[in-house]
Amino acid sequence: MTEPVLSVSGLHVRFDTPDGDVHAVKGVSFAVARGETVAIVGESGSGKSQTMMALMGLLASNGRAEGSARYRDRELVGLPLKALNTIRGSKITMIFQEPMTSLDPLYRVGRQIAEPLIHHRGLSRAAAKARVIELLHLVGIPEPERRMRSYPHELSGGQRQRVMIAMALANEPDVLIADEPTTALDVTIQAQILDLLAELKARLGMAIVFITHDLSIVRRFADRVVVMKSGEVVEEGAVATLFAAPAHPYTRMLLAAEPTGRKAPPPDTAPVLLEGRNVEVAFKLGGGFLSGPPVVLKAVDGVTVRLVRGQTIGIVGESGSGKSTLGRALLRLNHGTGQIRFEHYDISHADRRAMRQHRRELQLVFQDPFGSLSPRLTVGQIVTEGLLVHEPQLSGAERDRRAVAAMEEVGLDPATRNRYPHEFSGGQRQRIAIARAIILKPKVVVLDEPTSALDRSVQKQIVDLLRDLQARYGLSYLFISHDLAVVRAIADHILVMKSGKVVEAGPTEAIFDAPQHPYTRTLMAAALGHHPEPARAPRLA
Amino acid sequence: MSVTETAAPLPAASKGRSLWQDAWRRLRRNRAAVASAVVLALVTVLAVVGPSLTPHAYDAVYANYVRVPASLEPYPRAEEIEPELRATLRRARVEVGAVVIEDGIARAALTSTGEIDPRITRYVERSNLFTNAAVVDIAPDQRSATLTADVQQVRFYLGTDGNGRDMLARILVATRISLAIGILATAVALLIGVTYGAAAGYFGGRIDGVMMRIVDVLYSLPFVFFVIMLVVFFGRNFVLMFIAVGAIEWLDMARIVRGQTLALKRREFVQAAEALGVDNVGILKRHIIPNTLGPVVIYMTLMVPRVIILESFLSFLGLGVQEPLTSLGVLIAEGARNIEGATWLLVWPALALALVLFSLNFLGDGLRDALDPKDR
Amino acid sequence: MLAFVLRRFLGAIPTLFVIITASFFMMRLAPGGPFNLDRPLDPTVMENLNRIFHLDEPLWSQYLRYLGNLLTGDFGPSFVYRDFSVGDLFANGLPVSLQLGAGAILLALVVGVAMGVYAALRQNSLADYLVVATASIGTTVPTFVVAPLLSLVFGVWLGWLPAGGWGDGAILNKILPIVTLALPQIAVIARLTRGATIEALRSDHVRTARAYGLPARSVVITHTLRASILPVVSYLGPAAAALVTGSIVVETIFGIPGIGRFFVQSALNRDYTLVMGTVVVIAIFVVVFNMIVDLLYAWLDPRVRLD
Repeated sequence: MTEPVLSVSGLHVRFDTPDGDVHAVKGVSFAVARGETVAIVGESGSGKSQTMMALMGLLASNGRAEGSARYRDRELVGLPLKALNTIRGSKITMIFQEPMTSLDPLYRVGRQIAEPLIHHRGLSRAAAKARVIELLHLVGIPEPERRMRSYPHELSGGQRQRVMIAMALANEPDVLIADEPTTALDVTIQAQILDLLAELKARLGMAIVFITHDLSIVRRFADRVVVMKSGEVVEEGAVATLFAAPAHPYTRMLLAAEPTGRKAPPPDTAPVLLEGRNVEVAFKLGGGFLSGPPVVLKAVDGVTVRLVRGQTIGIVGESGSGKSTLGRALLRLNHGTGQIRFEHYDISHADRRAMRQHRRELQLVFQDPFGSLSPRLTVGQIVTEGLLVHEPQLSGAERDRRAVAAMEEVGLDPATRNRYPHEFSGGQRQRIAIARAIILKPKVVVLDEPTSALDRSVQKQIVDLLRDLQARYGLSYLFISHDLAVVRAIADHILVMKSGKVVEAGPTEAIFDAPQHPYTRTLMAAALGHHPEPARAPRLA
Repeated sequence: MSVTETAAPLPAASKGRSLWQDAWRRLRRNRAAVASAVVLALVTVLAVVGPSLTPHAYDAVYANYVRVPASLEPYPRAEEIEPELRATLRRARVEVGAVVIEDGIARAALTSTGEIDPRITRYVERSNLFTNAAVVDIAPDQRSATLTADVQQVRFYLGTDGNGRDMLARILVATRISLAIGILATAVALLIGVTYGAAAGYFGGRIDGVMMRIVDVLYSLPFVFFVIMLVVFFGRNFVLMFIAVGAIEWLDMARIVRGQTLALKRREFVQAAEALGVDNVGILKRHIIPNTLGPVVIYMTLMVPRVIILESFLSFLGLGVQEPLTSLGVLIAEGARNIEGATWLLVWPALALALVLFSLNFLGDGLRDALDPKDR
Repeated sequence: MLAFVLRRFLGAIPTLFVIITASFFMMRLAPGGPFNLDRPLDPTVMENLNRIFHLDEPLWSQYLRYLGNLLTGDFGPSFVYRDFSVGDLFANGLPVSLQLGAGAILLALVVGVAMGVYAALRQNSLADYLVVATASIGTTVPTFVVAPLLSLVFGVWLGWLPAGGWGDGAILNKILPIVTLALPQIAVIARLTRGATIEALRSDHVRTARAYGLPARSVVITHTLRASILPVVSYLGPAAAALVTGSIVVETIFGIPGIGRFFVQSALNRDYTLVMGTVVVIAIFVVVFNMIVDLLYAWLDPRVRLD
């Protein structure tokens, strides 16, 4: 190993909060050699981002860093701002998770890329402009001369992240810190950005520190891995060895946290529960006095679904593909059109009142476990709300008993039923939402990205819980997700959606083993890492 | 399912901390807000019971003491009593010798060329300064005597106004009126605003569009004009004041509540309730109203001081409450007209108003920080 | 942009129309008239006056006549200031109010923004608390308290400035009124700026700017200042419209011949044309200032499109 460009040793980060001192990073040490890619892996709250923020001098005002973080022979911790500013943005640069908010919305992207060039290298405006065009070209943005005059909001998420990368590369840094750079992007874009980073690294030879929670990215992308948990490094090693023989139980748990298992399809004799034919949902955009006719956007465009008892249909697609809207339309929660049948009822035109009798059998679980629970109700009240509607004759004590039973069923401590949602973790909240759905003993549950906001290890638990409940009560699921690994583990049938249409449908195995539609193939390739086109520059230098 | 069978005791449930309890804890830690609450409570008690405790009625006129400055010393001043006594007695045609004033009693030695008529006390009592005048120690020749009289001493801690009315009593009454209008008008605004806003937000669509368009038009009417029109129509009276002010202030409240309702309707927990089949009443009761309450409470505490300013402003223009009743705005207007000679007429009411407004504002800010910690 | 301006003016016409109509009828339905105030006039004189001012016609024809005159820019004669037309009164008073209002807006912007940014950069320091406290005082103490107090202190006690009067627009005479008008605005603007600056300083893109080693000055001036005056700009629209159309309190206390006094006096005197004129002028200012704000906002924030 050559001498390190970046070496962190005994780094501590503490935050003063009203509830006392929070010790976020506890004596972390690691080193990054020239041209090396090091992945720092951990779940939310492991301190992986704060470590990097500390050495970049970007901690929030209540944070303090102690210990040592050296760039070559310069100590970064405690370095005066002026001196630090000669290093960051020039020798060490950083890209962030949210390409949406990391660029200043009020300035053209060209100007934002040019700023560090002008500041660190003293380039003239014209020279900086030429370099910006060159950089935008380098990161694969078409028509750089035109695009550099765009504002961030005029670019797509992927393009914005490319702009951030251009900015990071502008001064040819020695170290590029990438803080979850692909987490906020769709899988296909995610793959493109990763490819771009790998390619640029091969060409330019800077070291990359890659912060992520996603182990599948690490395997493809990094040379070495540092695993963090609760502010400490628990394991460190070369990718190959670490993946082959993880030493620490936490690493083993993380590696095992990818949801596994497959679901067998229900018997052919299983009755059809929910069926939608030619479902369409259209939104009108704009329109009004003096601004012309409204634009009609078909979020769901002629989709047909058939869910039988005991089946789990996975609906996959990227953001904006209409998969959530379809789920809502099938439950008659939006103004969709088309024929929808539940058991032997035609509910195509059922209004709210008419739907009420079916609601207990058709349940919904949302993605965001923070937004889907009413903040001013106790967990007990939230879980039993459906009983108030569908079994109004129950006494308060009886409702309480049912709440306890439902909470036990989803693995929550019933003693916490008088607490409020904000006192629970994300995974626990999702369990509360599931308890609220199953307390009514429904037949169909639409799960709208129920695991997307959760850490991998928690995801696995929720998937296990859902499978368990399905087996116990013969539930049928409509599982909406962009996460193919999760869908593969839980669904026995898959619909692939793109721009409101189903582009491919079939049994899970068939779709995963032999995807037919080109879009499905790119999706699979991006998510699971096998590339359809093998002729590609070697990614790891 | 039978209830009696499952008699197994339920696990004891631990107590949770609701958002309201959290807010209450934060509020109590905010020293400025707690101090303001205490000051406000004191001011309210003073305004309610104070006027009946002060020695002077708010509308009692002391013609002798027009525009006297604030002072802790009683009126009349010692040096004014003797000349006044001598002047009254001169009218009674008696010679006045030594005059002694002690413990609120004036004694004057009288001599006369004729007999001293004890009825001269009437002259003395005619003056507002003296009561219980009596002629005592009449000499046998009835040519000399001593006159005693209680000196009526009054104190005007904050001075008197141009009509000789006690400012302290007037300020207390004015504070009472201002607070009452503040609270009543806020209640009116709350009632109209919450109902209107919640209806617009909840029904949405075309109804919402029309309802908000009406609010927009009302907004663009200059409010002074609106109030003047109301005053012109109905004459000036106290009840009308707060209806008028409330009728203007509800616009903001309606906008806030509508915005909240619209935002809440899009929240997932409301959609979740809809997916459970909960009806409109249940959604409003359990999900919308409890969650709009925070902003409404915050806005309400900040509205009271605004209403008080508004009322004072109208009173300042002469459109508010009528004499002899008064409000802080009326007093300040009067003070502003007299700044050249009688500064206490402006300073004390202005201080009283500032005190009330400050404590209300700090309390409102404290509530906002407590209920909406993200705002910080 | 021109299309936008045009569309906004067209869009404002119905609103203006509603305001004019509502004010006209509200005013006329109120009891009393311009000529039956203190001493009752001789019936024949009254009749003549009513005829001269067309008050003897039916209300709707008066309304149509008024609208017609308005379209030609004629506000009509004042009923109470007998020798003046409403147009004359505005021609005399409006420049005075405009000067004071514009001065107050400028002063408030400069001082308020500076105070707000300064406080935000030193959040939770003594300076920050001082700014917040000053802002609280500014928003709580109403103008009609501040105006006489300023006049008392600087005019009467210290004798530095004239306690009142317009003095044909002498600079010294303008200082106290402008400061009085500006104080509450300074308070609001300082508050708004402080809040927005704190938020901007915490935003991801400022973190990016710092991560790229840009000097603190450039981070503040380029990447936060523009975002922090956005809320000030939206606030200033209605506030500026109110300021330049005169303040009755300031004009009364300092004895200034602006147009702020017209409103209350003319409404109480039933000076129909003057009331209507004031309503129209204020409404037009509100429309114009809101449009300027929208243009400014769109210029400052490229995410906003004019439509």
